Amino acid sequence: MGDKIQVQTDDFDQGAEYRELAQGSDAGAVVTFVGRVRDFAGSDQSMWLEHYPGMTEKVLAELVERARHNWPLIRVTIIHRIGHLAPGDQIVFVGVSSAHRKAAFAASEFLMDFLKTQAPFWKREGDRWVEAKDSDQAAADAWRERAK
Amino acid sequence: MSNTITVLFFASLADQLQCRSLSLPITSRLTVQQLRDQLIQEKGAAWAALNSERLRCAVNQQIVKLDHVLQSGDEVAFFPPVTGG
Repeated sequence: MGDKIQVQTDDFDQGAEYRELAQGSDAGAVVTFVGRVRDFAGSDQSMWLEHYPGMTEKVLAELVERARHNWPLIRVTIIHRIGHLAPGDQIVFVGVSSAHRKAAFAASEFLMDFLKTQAPFWKREGDRWVEAKDSDQAAADAWRERAK
Repeated sequence: MSNTITVLFFASLADQLQCRSLSLPITSRLTVQQLRDQLIQEKGAAWAALNSERLRCAVNQQIVKLDHVLQSGDEVAFFPPVTGG
């Protein structure tokens, strides 16, 4: 059932996304996550987010498919913003509805861990491109024993 | 479809190369590794950035290894490790 994957410059409304995920009475659990821009050195300048159009959507769809293979999910929403963002702005929304909380918690964390290491997005803070963190890769690698 | 491939570069790599995309004729069997070596040889010093171990390569939007063999019409992309989310 309903997957929503969007890459957009516009902001998103967490409340509206929650209501969409929570439709009907079968969704006993809804987990939503919002990632935001932190303060960074020289944060009077804006953050720039670039992606690989086409591949991004494909990778996110594959991740949702993997999540559905591992947990019984009802609805899944992923929204990622691109372009200019300022400290405090929302960057990413991941939301999952399921009958029970364990699946919803696990699937949303799984989606974020793999989005961060596999979806082709790149951040530039001011004039400095952000380096990938080993801790993000470790978080994704840690799923090897818990999910396919 | 002519006998060409499209090559895309993203983020810090595109800045280093001062190039976001190019089109190349493909005349014989060519792997990703050979394409990379050819670009480094033909394009000048800045293109040595393509040698970085950290770079990823995708062909037709799927991650591939350096020994992947290219076909005419392929979309090849080189990019640094991703940093979204």
